Amino acid sequence: MYPFSYTKVSDVPAAVKAGSDGGRYIAGGTTLVDLMRETVERPGALVDISALPLRDIAATKGGGLRIGALARMAEVAAHPTVRALYPVISQALELSASPQLRNMASIGGNIMQRPRCTYFRDVTAACNRREPGSGCAAREGFNRTHAILGTSDHCVATHPSDAAVAFAALEATVHLLGPGGERTVGFADFLLRPGATPQREQNLRPGELITAVEIPSHPRPLRSGYLKVRDRQSYEFALISAAVALHVRGGVIQTAKVAAGGVGTVSWKLSAVERRLIGQRPSEALWTQAAEVAAEGAQPLTHNGFKVELLKRTVERQLRVVGGTR
Amino acid sequence: MSPQPQKAVGSPLSRVEGRLKVTGRADYAVDHDIPGAVHAVVVDSSIALGRITGMDTSAAESYPGVLKVITHLNAPRLVYRDYPGTNPRGRRLRAFQDDQVLFFGQPVAVVVATTIEAAQHAASLVEVSYESRQSTTDLTGRPGNVIGNYARGDAEAAFAAADVRLERRFDLARNHHNPLEPHATTARWDGEKLTLWDKTQGVNLTRNEVCAVFDIPPENVRVISPFVGGGFGSGLRTWPHVIIAALAAREVGLPVKLALSRRQMYFTVGHRPRYDYRLRLGADRGGRVTAMLHEPSYETSNHESFWEATLALGQMLYNVPNVSQVLRNVPLDINTPLWMRGPGYSSTAFCIEVAMDELAHELGVDPVELRLRNEPTRDPSTGQAFSTRRLTECFRTGAREFGWSRRNPKPRSTRDGDWLIGTGVATGCYDTWLGQAQAHARLDANGTAAVQSATSDAGPGTYTSMTQLAADALGLAVREVEFRLGDTTMPVAPPQGSSQTMASVGSAVQDTCDKLRQQAIRLAVGDQRSPLHGVNPDDVVVIGGRLQVKDKPARGETYRQLFARNNLTHLEANGSYTPQADSPYSMYGYSAVFAEVGVDARLGLVRVRRILSVFDVGRVISPKLADSQALGGMIGGIGMALLEHTVTDHRDGRIVNANLADYLVPVNADIRDLRAIYLDGDDRRADPIGVKGLAELVKVGVAPAIANAVFHATGRRVHELPITAEALL
Ligand SMILES: Cc1cc2nc3c(=O)[nH]c(=O)nc-3n(C[C@H](O)[C@H](O)[C@H](O)COP(=O)(O)OP(=O)(O)OC[C@H]3O[C@@H](n4cnc5c(N)ncnc54)[C@H](O)[C@@H]3O)c2cc1C
Repeated sequence: MYPFSYTKVSDVPAAVKAGSDGGRYIAGGTTLVDLMRETVERPGALVDISALPLRDIAATKGGGLRIGALARMAEVAAHPTVRALYPVISQALELSASPQLRNMASIGGNIMQRPRCTYFRDVTAACNRREPGSGCAAREGFNRTHAILGTSDHCVATHPSDAAVAFAALEATVHLLGPGGERTVGFADFLLRPGATPQREQNLRPGELITAVEIPSHPRPLRSGYLKVRDRQSYEFALISAAVALHVRGGVIQTAKVAAGGVGTVSWKLSAVERRLIGQRPSEALWTQAAEVAAEGAQPLTHNGFKVELLKRTVERQLRVVGGTR
Repeated sequence: MSPQPQKAVGSPLSRVEGRLKVTGRADYAVDHDIPGAVHAVVVDSSIALGRITGMDTSAAESYPGVLKVITHLNAPRLVYRDYPGTNPRGRRLRAFQDDQVLFFGQPVAVVVATTIEAAQHAASLVEVSYESRQSTTDLTGRPGNVIGNYARGDAEAAFAAADVRLERRFDLARNHHNPLEPHATTARWDGEKLTLWDKTQGVNLTRNEVCAVFDIPPENVRVISPFVGGGFGSGLRTWPHVIIAALAAREVGLPVKLALSRRQMYFTVGHRPRYDYRLRLGADRGGRVTAMLHEPSYETSNHESFWEATLALGQMLYNVPNVSQVLRNVPLDINTPLWMRGPGYSSTAFCIEVAMDELAHELGVDPVELRLRNEPTRDPSTGQAFSTRRLTECFRTGAREFGWSRRNPKPRSTRDGDWLIGTGVATGCYDTWLGQAQAHARLDANGTAAVQSATSDAGPGTYTSMTQLAADALGLAVREVEFRLGDTTMPVAPPQGSSQTMASVGSAVQDTCDKLRQQAIRLAVGDQRSPLHGVNPDDVVVIGGRLQVKDKPARGETYRQLFARNNLTHLEANGSYTPQADSPYSMYGYSAVFAEVGVDARLGLVRVRRILSVFDVGRVISPKLADSQALGGMIGGIGMALLEHTVTDHRDGRIVNANLADYLVPVNADIRDLRAIYLDGDDRRADPIGVKGLAELVKVGVAPAIANAVFHATGRRVHELPITAEALL
């Protein structure tokens, strides 16, 4: 681990000030410290934001939900409002990591987490994200868990967060505060595809702090849920996952929000699937037909070709679980 | 000698050292408080084959707290004597003796610093340059060297003439042992004398290697290892980091602690080798196997050959008249493998038992019945009688308890929502390995005893089981007996491997404590002041610390009274066990393993719903710890079947998933209903205490039972391990 300085801040302006001065935010530290130990991350100054008053979880006036960036994963998952309004968020969180980690880890840190690509995490391997221009060892290497969507020649790592899949599906916005003031960014624009600059992972300006994630209001009743497919039953990142939210009225799907994890370089919104659902009546056939387009544009690598079919099946399954059939 | 009543043996004791462990007071290899100790961190090669061309240690050396950086450029030359022992044949890796890199992750330097943090950071500052050559790390399609063969009958002819023929090729992934405690050593020199606190499954293994490498006499080396946080075999060899710790301590003149990182645990402490196993099997319509032809190849390093017991099962598991075996080692640019739980047997059992299941399916014979039809009455490889072989009983009991008769043999016949349910069965078997062992026991005037032997307790519960044996032999309560282990100053015991500890060290402990009890009894019957005076010593037993006439319990006295009257502070005895040189018996432990899985066939998910193993292992000394073993073995089997896979990037020989997030082992959520049943037994033909060994056996047969259940659930036969989602989609 490289040496670093450490300051703990207790109010938001102090945090942003320290962040603007080049400090690196640390919340739960559950992933940053790991990466520092592996010397993948070498921040010179850590700014501990874990005590900032950004921990509230509350319904918004419009019927949405606002989650403070420092709310812990466990708190969010267990929160009655979250459970009532957006089970998909609770489920995504409860299927993440382990109870110990969820007690420590924050929502802001969760969506900020870096790829689990083993070449990224091995400083002796080539990785454009870690060391721009050094190459991508995963592209021709062992890439069973890597992305099939949104990849570039420079990077094929997936975005590992489960919660981010739910946020992408629900079209959340990310609230930011930086030296230049506040702004909000739609989730689809927050996580960046690697393109030619995989080292740029989020739409964040220097010193910017995530203050909250907000879920807009969706028509009610909204049924939602998260399915995570993985080799072992717990404590593993998703091989494939699907977040689905449906609003059905008069026997017709009015709103469909669908995203997938484990397949994209960012949490992957499945707009084509949504389009096939809207205006239709739930049926087994519809789920199959809609899921057919889930992997549109997929570019499988040597070891992850199976994800194309598995993605469709995962989406189909979760549509059935959430949407049921008559 | 009158037999002692059995009280502690057979009772479900918790680990006697359990409290120390759960309260953090059990000191593992680098936990010992050694005043003045400094820390060492190893630097690993980032290539798999080539030569070190440059070593820039300046940044590391100038980092505050760093005492020394040792590389091949400044390390003293070491002797590295060969000696008869358990090291594999070849030229072992020599720490910092030359510029050659033989495999990815090989130690190329060590940084010693006053704090662990400084050592770790400075290690990352060492700049190594290499001249790299293309490494070869993939077993696939490589010819290999023949290292063993066997034949009986005419297997080719019998195969050609068989009614039913199966020809299969299995690809079994490399696995890593992954004990929770990383390999670690603390080394301290006091002049010429070296003390090592080591994580090892045999303190004498460490001593032998250290003596040979440094060319020092055994009396100058003491190895201490009271607690071992798991091993599964990885501690059955003294790996380079132990030498490096001793070397570093000598170079800096201070005690040194060295622990491998989790990542390094995938580089230099061995692994279960990957197998490419070709198996041909011929049978008649009645389900009698007439021919088995085995061609297993497994990987080894380019610098050492590697031997594990791959051939035994093919020769003795079933009554097959025609067998041929050709065993190959495929040398690669990797570290040398090392025996991992159920070594050889687990891999071979997977291939044989899956093939047997295929045969059963092909013939429409129940898989349990098929095995019974091929049950031998004598060991078909030697003609010897079995000491005990109760496999049929294992299957019958297992079938009854598992509800096997309710099984619809048709694949894909049972469904539970999205889950296809299947059941499968397999045989497990492992050699009853026995080794020479010694022990010492001392009985004190206060009626407590201390028994010791230089064995290890890497998890099976040796502390507890030996205490149980000793307590009964001495007629004491468990809490009055302390068993000590893990120190080369103690009487010699074999390494804790191949399930030999209970039988071998146990028999030595039994012998020692019997002798000690007899001494006390003889003292009493010869003592005119003793109420036992004149009694035939064979009629005396000791119960609750009281020597008494077996049939007249009122007549007797306590150890305390006897010792006090005779002004004795203690009595002591040495005892031993030497396995019979030419035992007339074929000795193995057996199991019948039943598994039930659910397979979400659309998503490729396999979940093990239950496993039942029925064991024929002779006498069970410590039932609760036997259960821990058995369940641990089943969990290991689930890992082997479905999860565990060390992945190598063959472009540069890098191990890709060298961490516990990417190398998957089962977690609690993967484990549901596991159950072990032990046939009530006592195999005195095997050894004096009647036990056959359990630790290795418990893993053998689990993976094939699961694979067979997956087939029954889905109709899909998988010949590769682990069985992954993509294989089932
Ligand atoms: C073994 C293991 C298994 C895991 N499994 C899963 C899983 O299955 N699914 C899953 O989704 N996740 C999983 N995780 C990841 C886990 O969810 C993250 O580690 C956690 O959410 C990170 O939160 P944190 O508060 O600890 O972040 P930290 O480690 O403190 O920070 C992470 C990053 O976020 C930045 N950051 C933190 N807060 C802010 C903020 N408010 N504004 C701007 N930047 C910020 C930090 O600078 C840093 O770069 C796993 C982690 C581990 C170690």
